[in-house]
Amino acid sequence: MSRRHRPDRGSRVGRTARWFDDRLGVARTGRTLLDKIFPNHWSFLLGEIALYSFVVLLATGVYLTFFFDASAAPVTYDGSYAPLQGVQVSAAYNSVLDLSFDVRAGLMMRQVHHWAALLFLAAIVMHICRVFFTGAFRRPREINWVVGCTLLVLALGNGFAGYSLLDDQLSGTGIRIADSVILSIPVAGTWISSLLFGGPFPGTEIIPRLFIIHVLLLPVAIIALLGVHLGILVRHKHTHFRGDGATEDNVVGERVWPTYAAKAGGVFFLTAALLCLLGGLFQINPVWLFGPFEPENVSSASQPDWYIGWLEGSLRLMPPWELSLGDYLIPNPFFPGVLLPGVTFLLLYAWPWIEAHFTKDHEPHHVLDRPRDRPVRTALGVATLTFYVILFAAGATDVLAVTFGVSVNRIVWTFRTLALVAPVAAALVARKVCLELQRRDGPPEPLPDEAEPVADEPAAVPS
Amino acid sequence: MADHTPHEASTGPDGEPLVVETDEDRRRVERRSGQTLPAVCFATSVVAALALAVVYAEGGQNQAEGVLLAVALGGIGVGLVVWAKRFMPEGPDTEPRGRIGSTAEDRAAFVADLETGAHTFGRRHLLTKMLVGAVAALGVAALFPIRSLGPRPGRGLKSTPYRDGVRLVTEDGDPVRPDDPGVGGVITAFPEGHVGDETAQTLLIRLEPGQLEPEPGREDWTVDGVVAYSKVCTHAGCPVGLYQEQRGELLCPCHQSTFDVLHGATPVFGPATRPLPQLPLGTDADGNLIATGDFSGPVGPGFWDINT
Repeated sequence: MSRRHRPDRGSRVGRTARWFDDRLGVARTGRTLLDKIFPNHWSFLLGEIALYSFVVLLATGVYLTFFFDASAAPVTYDGSYAPLQGVQVSAAYNSVLDLSFDVRAGLMMRQVHHWAALLFLAAIVMHICRVFFTGAFRRPREINWVVGCTLLVLALGNGFAGYSLLDDQLSGTGIRIADSVILSIPVAGTWISSLLFGGPFPGTEIIPRLFIIHVLLLPVAIIALLGVHLGILVRHKHTHFRGDGATEDNVVGERVWPTYAAKAGGVFFLTAALLCLLGGLFQINPVWLFGPFEPENVSSASQPDWYIGWLEGSLRLMPPWELSLGDYLIPNPFFPGVLLPGVTFLLLYAWPWIEAHFTKDHEPHHVLDRPRDRPVRTALGVATLTFYVILFAAGATDVLAVTFGVSVNRIVWTFRTLALVAPVAAALVARKVCLELQRRDGPPEPLPDEAEPVADEPAAVPS
Repeated sequence: MADHTPHEASTGPDGEPLVVETDEDRRRVERRSGQTLPAVCFATSVVAALALAVVYAEGGQNQAEGVLLAVALGGIGVGLVVWAKRFMPEGPDTEPRGRIGSTAEDRAAFVADLETGAHTFGRRHLLTKMLVGAVAALGVAALFPIRSLGPRPGRGLKSTPYRDGVRLVTEDGDPVRPDDPGVGGVITAFPEGHVGDETAQTLLIRLEPGQLEPEPGREDWTVDGVVAYSKVCTHAGCPVGLYQEQRGELLCPCHQSTFDVLHGATPVFGPATRPLPQLPLGTDADGNLIATGDFSGPVGPGFWDINT
């Protein structure tokens, strides 16, 4: 026992804490934070990984802004990538080539940024699935569900804005399709398009405007809502699964200080490590191969980043229908490009209230459901996921046709059928599996302080 | 790693088992050996970071940068997690959740204050209405500058620079002659002076004599078997770039809309609903291809008032 610091002065940590408490009075709040309990479960890491990916996005993104030139002004490329030397390109595309070939560490930063965006969205989607299937959106967490859904929408938008900035052939094609979807909006579509593009597509305004959207408007909104999301999380305290004495009135897990902080810090470094490994070894978005955007060019096998794939698929699978209203027209892309995502997010946002309406369960819940114990919710979730996975796969009909040597027409018809049939089949299977698992392991073990088991969903299981 | 054997050391001179001491020994040894892995991780991280600095100073190399950065970060990550798992107090700890809603008294007092204030506003009916009106008017006025972002959506959606007599030129600006597209071949052309114009991009396709079954009223829109269609897909605006000569079909690579070139480029598969507009062709005195008017309809994807 060689404790050298004197009790009257305390350790350096203690002295610092005292200095701040004298000036800010933070000891009580600080202690509450240090003693906060975080439950342990692998699925609770998904949201953390999303957060850490976002931190990597901010760090790499700020670096990229020092080199990116958000301008459509024509310049002649004279960098070190030989195949494009002498080609007239936009200043934006030119700066991306310089960043990739002539700025030391530039390509690594760019690729880590892109991979981080892909992981950010993947982690958000996995996180939202976890929250859905375990019922973590129920009272009192409806507000945080809405905040989380908004974060998903903002992340989708910012991902699209980001990869559309580079003015390569692929991103230009993406913007062209997005403009067609905007044009399809009844009444206001042509106006929205003209105001966004500063005139007809493509114009010269869209790149600087998308840039401000991508590096200022949407990131600020995401940061603000992340703050709200985490603040509400702290206020509610985290949900937990049954076991280890977990009840509706307590939180069982590990203290923030020091154990949870060390582990969470470790997960941050591991997430960043994974992204650097991907960014270093796995090429992503090689815009020099796509070439600069020319409106009259396009290549087949033009696929967006994965999180936009479901929209690409829905555009492809939509039968050739449009709606004429007298002299006016609701064009085809409106239905798969505006209506479908509109309905998707409306249902997603409203889910906590929809479910409470049907289950008549308006009580607060802090103990999570196992998916098997909520067969109807689980089946609906599986059906929805199946539908969007099929749309996602349908975004690559041309690639699948070439890979399997089948005609595109047959592939499209297969996917049209699958999109209608597979979700129903998946729902039936999922429900059956839930009921079977329930039968095997009996009813959920009662909570320690529970007199009677949790009421089952009335509509779920005919007993 | 432990060089003492617990069983031999576990009995003292009087035959009494020395369990306590042995356990303490073992714990000490475990603590020391448990430290090895996280220590190695942190050390690896330091080495990788130094190597990263060297790689950068030597001119940089993408793969090496990525891997070294990953090792430097991953070393810290693994080290922290292992450290936490081995040496930090593990749960489960428990804390009471506490109630989220306020006490009944607090809530009642808050609601009462809120209502009193609202009542104070509400008593002045006229003023309240005027205030709402003023804020709304300001909000509407503040929206007006948005209009500066772009012009009124104009005729650009419905017309192109093609007029009667406008010459067609290639991407390089050269005039096109009717025999430039070989049989079964395709050329992308633009109106002279508008090379690269997104809406005016035109496909010139040379068909075998008699292959084309022209739409009524378009019998004289071709020159020597050359037919001209808009290259902008009527579905989502991609260039309809793939010509399948044997089937006489144009395929859009974006969403696989397929158009029958022999029958007015009507859509035969995929999501497109409208045919590709056709451009009436003629020749000038020098034998170069010219347009004899604008396209047969609005070019590109549909919109609300496309038919007005």
